[in-house]
Amino acid sequence: MALRTLITRNPLRAAAPLASRGLQTFSLPDLPYDYGELEPAISAEIMQLHHQKHHQAYITNYNKALEQLDAAAAKGDASTVVKLQSAIKFNGGGHVNHSIFWKNLAPVRVGGGEPPHGSFGWAIDSNFGSFEALIQKMNAEGAALQGSGWVWLGLDKEFKRLVVETTGNQDPLVTKGASLVPLLGIDVWEHAYYLQYKNVRPDYLKNIWKVINWKYASDVFDKENAN
Amino acid sequence: MSLVTCSSNQFPLSSNVRSSAGPSSNNLRSFFDVSHLGGEQRRHKSRNSRRMSSITAYYGLKSPPYELDALEPYMSQRTLEVHWGAHQRGYVEALNKHLEKNDILYGYTMDELIKVTYNNGNPWPEFNSAAQVWNHDFFWESMQPGGGEMPTLGLLQQIEKDFGSFINFREKFIEAALTSFGSCWVWLVLKREKKCLAIVKTSNAINPLVWNDIPITGLDLWEHAYYLDYKNDRAKYVNTFMDHLVSWDAAAARMARAQAFVNLGEPKIPVA
Repeated sequence: MALRTLITRNPLRAAAPLASRGLQTFSLPDLPYDYGELEPAISAEIMQLHHQKHHQAYITNYNKALEQLDAAAAKGDASTVVKLQSAIKFNGGGHVNHSIFWKNLAPVRVGGGEPPHGSFGWAIDSNFGSFEALIQKMNAEGAALQGSGWVWLGLDKEFKRLVVETTGNQDPLVTKGASLVPLLGIDVWEHAYYLQYKNVRPDYLKNIWKVINWKYASDVFDKENAN
Repeated sequence: MSLVTCSSNQFPLSSNVRSSAGPSSNNLRSFFDVSHLGGEQRRHKSRNSRRMSSITAYYGLKSPPYELDALEPYMSQRTLEVHWGAHQRGYVEALNKHLEKNDILYGYTMDELIKVTYNNGNPWPEFNSAAQVWNHDFFWESMQPGGGEMPTLGLLQQIEKDFGSFINFREKFIEAALTSFGSCWVWLVLKREKKCLAIVKTSNAINPLVWNDIPITGLDLWEHAYYLDYKNDRAKYVNTFMDHLVSWDAAAARMARAQAFVNLGEPKIPVA
């Protein structure tokens, strides 16, 4: 419990403005569970490093890039603005993706791993044939991804269907389609599993389903469908 | 009986003649003793259209030129065991599986295989395996126990010519490593057209061979290369590589070989 209070308390949306310029900066969101609560699927050591080091680094660099972007835009320095895009996409994407990821995970005691029901469960069956088929598809795509990236379960708002997609590095799901809303993302960067699973990414993927928070995905699904 | 000849390989990795105990193999195809192939299967294919029988052989996992604990404390034995013994072995096995199914591809040398499967930027599935096998062989040979310090003689001169000073080169190399995103590699290459050294970043499995440049040294920046030893501290890993691991001897040997293909001298134009 003590660990969490060490982290700044500002959640994703209530970013602290940089007083002088009114520029919003971002800070590390709290995890709604302790680092050790996802064991044995994901080790506490990984959770702590992943959250406090990796995610924090994305946020720090994102804020830095945004400040530089702001300064360049104010000066009318077009080439610097363009040059900063890759750093913003990478670090901003890293922040966005990981913020979703923490919500995609939940300890077993609060329902992590429990398969979805209701309209979301029905949508999975009609889009993929069965819940197991979806898991298998995501595992296959996640394992096949070369290098670093994410495997997503997304809602295509335009075509009203569920899709499984992968993105490279920290590209958010929306880079694969403007109408895609991420419901579930699994980080397949090596830092997400290496200390525990080493090179055996398929084992990580097999085990992570035990702590996936289907309730959150279901809520997002229902909300997006209501719109 | 057709002989599988050793196809000319312009930039063979350093000597495969090793008396080390570990499983060793060569990346020249041969149909001699099976044990050299690290236990991979060989197929004996006979075709009716040719009266000669062709024998296929595959790639094996080549041992690094030092024991797995020789790079301690800068790169742990555990890292070598997993990085070489699991990751690279996986790439070798995947490559062999691809080659089993493809009559044309297995006829290439490794260098050719990489260029062909790269397919000018739209790589075939075989590219990843082939390139990563080559990349990791190159990487192990780019390091040595007691590495680091500085290059000497001709290589140092060339670095000073192309980067101003070794310090500047080192800074640029580290900067390239720290500004790369995701799974990638950083290389010091000799550019064939421009006839100069340059620092090149590549992502995933790509290496400078695909642009026909000559790699002089390289650094694996995939997280699996440093995570067990340095966790997220990529900066510490990169600095340690430069200070304690990089083999300037290997780099100098590659540079010397490269000069057989790239003329770095100034032309001496006689005045009439």
